[in-house]
Amino acid sequence: MTANTQTLELPGMTSRIDGELLEVSMGPQHPSTHGVFRMNVALEGEIVRKLKPVFGYLHRNHEKIGENASYLGSMPYTDRLDYFCSMTNNWAYALTVEKLAGIEVPERAEYLRVILAELTRLQNHASLLGFLLSDMGAWGTPLMYAFREREKILDLFESLSGSRMMCDYMRFGGCRVDPGPDWMERAKKIVKAFPRFLDEFERLIVSNEILVARTQEIGKLSAELAIDAGITGPMLRASGVNYDIRKVDGYGFYPRFKFRVPLGDHGDCYDRMMMRVLEMRESIEILHQAFEQIPAGPVVNPKVKIRAFKPPAGEAYGRIEGPKGELGFYLISDGSANPYRYRVRPPSFINLTILEDMCLGHTVADVMVILGSVDIVMGEVDR
Amino acid sequence: MIGLGILNGMAVTLRNFIGSYFENDRLITVQYPEERDPLPENYRNFPFLVFDTDDAEAGLRCVACKICEKECPPQCILIVKSEDKKPDYLSKPQFYPRVFDIDISVCMSCQICVEVCPFEAIKMDKVFELSRRERFGGLLMHKDRLAKSNTYYHQIHPLEAAEVDSRLAEAAEAKKKKT
Repeated sequence: MTANTQTLELPGMTSRIDGELLEVSMGPQHPSTHGVFRMNVALEGEIVRKLKPVFGYLHRNHEKIGENASYLGSMPYTDRLDYFCSMTNNWAYALTVEKLAGIEVPERAEYLRVILAELTRLQNHASLLGFLLSDMGAWGTPLMYAFREREKILDLFESLSGSRMMCDYMRFGGCRVDPGPDWMERAKKIVKAFPRFLDEFERLIVSNEILVARTQEIGKLSAELAIDAGITGPMLRASGVNYDIRKVDGYGFYPRFKFRVPLGDHGDCYDRMMMRVLEMRESIEILHQAFEQIPAGPVVNPKVKIRAFKPPAGEAYGRIEGPKGELGFYLISDGSANPYRYRVRPPSFINLTILEDMCLGHTVADVMVILGSVDIVMGEVDR
Repeated sequence: MIGLGILNGMAVTLRNFIGSYFENDRLITVQYPEERDPLPENYRNFPFLVFDTDDAEAGLRCVACKICEKECPPQCILIVKSEDKKPDYLSKPQFYPRVFDIDISVCMSCQICVEVCPFEAIKMDKVFELSRRERFGGLLMHKDRLAKSNTYYHQIHPLEAAEVDSRLAEAAEAKKKKT
């Protein structure tokens, strides 16, 4: 089966006199498909009757490369999965290897990881909101405001890890460098100023009549279908299912923080969008607590060897609540320097499987909004 | 009332527009290349080789142990070991790399070579305006282009370089005591 030659079977489902549907190929070079993603859409007038996602344009054999690289050598590749949230990708991978090899993580490093993961969530959700509005035709302005705030957080990442997006910061048993007190002060200042942006952004969008008309009752996803399809993350919670791995698994030091899990009611695009705004507010709460509690000490476990790292034979599945959903890594070790099997459970890919069910019966213009509200990154979908 | 939400949004836009003249926080862009944000101390781009003293050949810290070549995830380093030996900074005779190539069009700036190097010989550079007209040769860096002095290292990473220097001095001290 070659993905590019797939066509749609069009049964008699049209009300047109000549009984024909118009088949349109949206993407892969489309500004609103968030990368190289194609949808084969069958239209009746403007209404979507059938939709088939086609992906694989960005496939680069991530899992096979991971099996041929050393354990540490896969770490920089995880940055390139979901290139918006390299810190959480690093954490998920480091968590899995730590589980596999039974490595302890120092307290300061755990707090640092929480701080960085929540900062990542802030910047991911901020840029998602910008993209979503840009998909709806609000070109430029909201996206620029969102990117302005995101850039401040990326500057923090840059001064800590050396790179804005490809951080490669976590190591097995901790983090690579210790952020000095200056960095902490800067981070505190940025987090303190963040609610102002959120308030402004909410005023900009929440009551806007056009936005309400374009998102409410669009792309509804029922809780049952979401659970059946394995949807995770903000999308699942927007459908009203209380499932947050930070609460369920309590990995890292999350049980030490007080935060609420926002839940949606309708499961439409508007709920999914507001879910991100509310999650950002909770992230700010977590960050304030983490800045208060973080102790001094080492940031990396000195017992972990950096050269010739070989975990014992066995298998491990580690997962975290990434900004897009459950990000999991599955590793099988046979005791050698590279994993026997290396598997990624990407949230965007599995959240995308539900796209057709959400889009049927809506117009072409709504497909873009629904796709935007799923929050995908093609680097992670195709791997 | 219909339309109030849009007016509210417009007010936010106006406030941001006017505010951008008074507050740096509201500015979105920097007018590169006329204006440049300073690079942070930890910024990393592509690796280079450090040499002590003034002689790029004699002072090169690299001893061609090939650990970085082995650990590099995209395999962008090529090292050919020398047959003869030259004295290193502890005046102990060591091998040196006859060929040391890094293809920085393949390099993904992950810093793993820096972390695994036991001799503090390879470090990250901060130069990022590297576009070339040639397709293949221009970004394949040979030993002569990779070698940069310790003084240069001090210029780009002052804190880190000072730490490395003190560590090397300690090692030299410890070795003196032993003999």
